[in-house]
Amino acid sequence: MTSRKQFVNPLRDPQDRRLPRVAGPCALVLFGVTGDLARKKLMPAIYDLANRGLLPPGFGLIGFARRDWEHQDFAKIVHDSVKERARTPFREEVWKQLLEGIRFVPGTFDSDESFETLKTTLTELDEVQGTGGNHAFYLSIPPKAFDQVISMLKKHGLAKRDQKGSWSRVVIEKPFGHDLASAVELERRVSSVFHSQSVFRIDHYLGKETVQNLLALRFANELFEPIWNRNYVDHVQITMAEDIGIGGRAGYYDGVGAARDVIQNHLLQLLALTAMEEPTSFEADQLRAEKRKVLAAAKAPQDIAAHTARGQYLAGWAGGKQVMGYLEEEGISPQSQTETYAAIRVDIDNRRWAGVPFYLRSAKRMPRRVTEIALNLRRAPHLPFSHTDTEALGSNALVLRIQPDEGITLRFGAKVPATLMEIRDVTMDFAYGTSFAESSPEAYERLILDVLLGDPPLFPQHEEVELSWKILDPILDFWADLDTQPEGYPSGSWGPSSGNTMLARDGFVWRRP
Amino acid sequence: MIISIPDTNATGIHMALVQARHSIGVASSMVFTMIVIADLRHYDKALEACRDAGREHPSRIILVTDGQAKADRVDAEIRLGEEVPGEIISLRFHGELANHRDSVVLPLLLPDSPVVAWWPAGAPDKPGQDPLGKLAIRRITDAMGSSHPLAAIERRARNYSPGDTDLTWTRLTPWRALLAASVDAYPSKVLGAKVEGAPDNAGSLLLAAWLEDRLGMPVTRSEAGRGIGITDVTLHTEKGDITITREDGKMATFSAPGLNARRVALRRRDINALITEELRRLDVDDIFASAMTTLAKGCERRDAEKASR
Repeated sequence: MTSRKQFVNPLRDPQDRRLPRVAGPCALVLFGVTGDLARKKLMPAIYDLANRGLLPPGFGLIGFARRDWEHQDFAKIVHDSVKERARTPFREEVWKQLLEGIRFVPGTFDSDESFETLKTTLTELDEVQGTGGNHAFYLSIPPKAFDQVISMLKKHGLAKRDQKGSWSRVVIEKPFGHDLASAVELERRVSSVFHSQSVFRIDHYLGKETVQNLLALRFANELFEPIWNRNYVDHVQITMAEDIGIGGRAGYYDGVGAARDVIQNHLLQLLALTAMEEPTSFEADQLRAEKRKVLAAAKAPQDIAAHTARGQYLAGWAGGKQVMGYLEEEGISPQSQTETYAAIRVDIDNRRWAGVPFYLRSAKRMPRRVTEIALNLRRAPHLPFSHTDTEALGSNALVLRIQPDEGITLRFGAKVPATLMEIRDVTMDFAYGTSFAESSPEAYERLILDVLLGDPPLFPQHEEVELSWKILDPILDFWADLDTQPEGYPSGSWGPSSGNTMLARDGFVWRRP
Repeated sequence: MIISIPDTNATGIHMALVQARHSIGVASSMVFTMIVIADLRHYDKALEACRDAGREHPSRIILVTDGQAKADRVDAEIRLGEEVPGEIISLRFHGELANHRDSVVLPLLLPDSPVVAWWPAGAPDKPGQDPLGKLAIRRITDAMGSSHPLAAIERRARNYSPGDTDLTWTRLTPWRALLAASVDAYPSKVLGAKVEGAPDNAGSLLLAAWLEDRLGMPVTRSEAGRGIGITDVTLHTEKGDITITREDGKMATFSAPGLNARRVALRRRDINALITEELRRLDVDDIFASAMTTLAKGCERRDAEKASR
């Protein structure tokens, strides 16, 4: 028998970069198909992958939920979600291809019977669609149900460790625990069933494209790296602002708050990518090693009261609409101390960054939706101009815009034409969207494809998750001990005054993103 | 806005462009120049294609056609701002100037960025030797756009120079991806292959050449296919046949050893999608070069056989 390793596919060639990698035969099981995420993101992403020819002929998609549905009812849900949300145009033939492999398993997470049905359905797909025992489980479900589902998968022999060329993989969504202890516990349970390479954690804010864009900017250029250190960088601001409130997600959000929801995973990942050293290669484990090192060197400030801030949105007018305050939102206790604005300073103790504060802020009901990383440079050591000449000159800044309109902005001083000598800030803009023909695939498309291909993800593994909690835990504990209401800020503003004083103490101001 | 500048030169066009950009207030983030060479009969169609391409690839597009006036002159028209993110400069050359088109085009290339040349319909025999083709690092032709596709692709193969590419090749990518993935999924030694297509289809010829090149064995090719484009590809492997058939140009049937026939979407793509793929990478495509060499060798062998008969 020829072994898989010895066989070389004659049609493949590393030089042949037009050929995309197409997922091998496999089935994807979606838990939580009735949720928003599944309908708005996952199903359209699966269709978009199929439309781009990246799914194999004979791909299986199984929905699992507590609904009295037949296969075709579920297919209808997928169809509607695809029609409404897919990034690429709807084509009947692509839909037909998908439809052949769509199944539905009605059931609950605690029912042995349901998981037996799931098993028979998978076996049936393996035969009919040729999915060959390769199964991915996407847990788009509340964290409290993780445990149950994972142990059921194990009990019914669905989570077999990789064997005889077939695999099973699991995808989990943030939050990965609510503090260090719970994250460790979650990891213990997941790893008792799945191999660490088979666990895919997704931070849906942070697409792989974004990570790769950032890596390309930093490490493919000679222009930026020389100034990427404490000698030139004054301070760094990483912002993720959302213009919306909590919407209908009171049950999820209350008690979690902005720091756990966004800073712990998304902003600390952006910080790690910005601050890390150059990896020896872009292999996933090399990259993770560098991120781990810098996260281990990062810590919360000594004086937490002075260098962090939290807030809660109040009623007001945001973007031309009258909106409720957080405490008036449905399902929120009027005494809730959950923060909807969190800003923290992080200090990195290494040679490159000692003395350069990193400010992270995340908030809801901001004036607009924006995520960006701004490196503010020191002022020139000497200005051979009079003070009045340079009054309107700020410091140079390099801004990496993550979303929307991903790109790079460079701010520098230029002489105002036809004045004696008047120097003012100007910006130079680059947008991925206008310089490249192709629109970036959605984060979910890349993630699902990575899972199906078994590509080691760029997404964090448990060590990074745990290191992030180590940075955040002291701050969360401090806030919890205060036992007070976070400072209110009007909806549609850039946050509470404590956020501004926190920077003013260090002699800085927040950029208006 | 559309600015017409009859009887002008490169400097005149350049000045009009700078002025227009000022008044609209756009900064340029264009990443390459695309020279589109079409004849007058195809002018409207080519302009339409440029507009489409410009929407997706913000670039300076220079549409070159020849006019019929006797005088040696060039008429220019600049389109900027309204419907396209980039800019389109259409140039119509008259008289003797039609033989020196590069003298006007060269000063209009964006500084320090790649240049792509595209012949949507007919193309010179040796694009790499063409005065406008020589300005470009990538020369895109389309054998299926010419009146004799098979002859056209053969000619391209014989005259191939690095940087040449043909949309026939681009059209094959989904087929090639599916074939390569199917051998990944059903690994087994390939013993032979067969390609079937509609008559006069350059794609099936090139696909067969690619397979010959990769497998190192002759590939059977037939034109008996009933349908559009390529209709049937079979790989004979040790474990059985891997077959992809497609008749309607949209939906294919896929079968492999131990697998019942599955349906898979395999749609023919529009010009825009093809150009997008071509512009994704601007370096030399070695795999295409190698397939074209195999194709050219096949032609020579056939010619030699004919001559000896």
